[in-house]
Amino acid sequence: MSKINKRIIEEKAFKIVMHTVCAAVVLIFLIMLATIVIKGLPGLNLKMLTHQPLRGSYAEGGGGILNAILGSVYLALGATFLAGLIGIPVALFINVYLKKNSRFATLIRFSFDVLWGIPSIVYGAFGFIIMIFFHMRSSLLAGIITIAFLELPIMTRAADSILKMVPLELKEISLSLGATRFETAFRIIFKQAFPGILTAILIGLGRGIGDAAAVMFTAGYTDSLPTSLFRPVATLPLAIFYQLGTPFPEVQQRGYTSALVLMLVILFISIFSRILTKRFQQNVLR
Amino acid sequence: MNNPIRTNLLSVSYGQHQALNDVSIEIPARKITAIIGPSGCGKSTLLKVFNRLLELNDDIIISGEVFVDGQDIYDKGVDVYSLRKKMGLLPQKPFPLPMSIFENVAYGLKIHNHLGKGKLEGLVEHYLKEASLWDEVKDRLHAHAAKLSIGQQQRLCLARGLAIEPEIILGDEPTSALDPFSAERIERKLIELKKRYTIVVVTHNIQQAIRLADYVVFLYYGKVVEADTADKVFKSPQSLMTQAYIKGEFLDEVWFDKEARLINKVAQGEGI
Repeated sequence: MSKINKRIIEEKAFKIVMHTVCAAVVLIFLIMLATIVIKGLPGLNLKMLTHQPLRGSYAEGGGGILNAILGSVYLALGATFLAGLIGIPVALFINVYLKKNSRFATLIRFSFDVLWGIPSIVYGAFGFIIMIFFHMRSSLLAGIITIAFLELPIMTRAADSILKMVPLELKEISLSLGATRFETAFRIIFKQAFPGILTAILIGLGRGIGDAAAVMFTAGYTDSLPTSLFRPVATLPLAIFYQLGTPFPEVQQRGYTSALVLMLVILFISIFSRILTKRFQQNVLR
Repeated sequence: MNNPIRTNLLSVSYGQHQALNDVSIEIPARKITAIIGPSGCGKSTLLKVFNRLLELNDDIIISGEVFVDGQDIYDKGVDVYSLRKKMGLLPQKPFPLPMSIFENVAYGLKIHNHLGKGKLEGLVEHYLKEASLWDEVKDRLHAHAAKLSIGQQQRLCLARGLAIEPEIILGDEPTSALDPFSAERIERKLIELKKRYTIVVVTHNIQQAIRLADYVVFLYYGKVVEADTADKVFKSPQSLMTQAYIKGEFLDEVWFDKEARLINKVAQGEGI
């Protein structure tokens, strides 16, 4: 066989393999989506979205999951806000204040990579220890703090990789005009990277809102609607967990419905924040 | 003569690579000084030493002295922000800041002064006129700067640089990304501006240097080969290397072919 033929076969074979792999990824996503929609959609009704669970328990199967919807939204928004407050400045600091191959920056990045790999149940346990230390009971606030820790690594690293792509010239120009690094970071670099930073924040939110293990000890559970930072809240992931764990098919279906609701909540928050911030994107240099 | 920039035995290295080697030059006030030489010979490095942007790079070692207005800018306790404010930078590729045309010019003004809205608008107009851009953008001041043509963008960069009221304008091959017409406009502007500003332009375009420069520094592999008035450098260059470079001969070839003669010359005390 001539060399040309071999190369063409190689090219085609690789193409087929890649097509298969990509199709598999999309397929897995579609199957999951379909499962949740098919199993969850029949249970989706207004009562589910607007009521608390009947007689204070998911196992009874009546009422709705409003307590968990509100709890998850409050918890995730609070945690994402807190994580963003820490993570975005850290990412800006690494990229604007430190040099490219700074050891300190490498250390920070490495720490976040390690934190990223830690399972969420460990964050839950860690949050629990802190709660005991401060004599706190499980509450919305404890949940927010724990989830913020959970979101921090992924959010910071995502923002970091976006900021790394901002051209160095932009930083040079701002500094050459006599701007401080602070002004450069927040007035120029942040603006330029804003759409990417928003994505980083949403990635963090996605991780935070869907996590069950970290909130189990820290946010606790309640059937009432969240009213105070210092009282326990219900969350959607735990609602899914408890309901799918029951032996009753009817309640299990409500578990799938809760999963569907969780997905819709994430979708809604993503779309809403994209629309809200669309006008900022016009100012980005391409 | 009062020279706003002076270097004394300035050496710069990036890790192992020595970019500048014992550079001692003076940049005269209110003249255009062209730093010429082939790519990678340290021209831009020299420019970035002046406004201390070089420190953004990794593993930089700077030795020697650089004086701006008589002050050693690498002294401890130098206010690097007011140093940079003294110098407007015209970058190699026009890089508008991610904001509107108006905001691009206003950025420097806002950083350094507290201005009312009316005053700010007046100043932005003034500097856009100064960069001959006003007539083209006055109806769309709040459009995004990236929507301008590349030549307009470079004039915007000029306006932005002038707005911080510098004494010195640094141009890092400011026309290399532009079409000939836009390049000519920038060149004309620079000649006009030298009445009021000290201008340093890095260029590898000899024709441009001949058109613009009053004073020329020829750098080759980090060393100053020749630094004198444009007349002297272009009409009666002292060094063979400068002669060859101006004529457009290949330097390496010249170096090897004429090495013997060059060494002879040095031996006879004529210097490089």
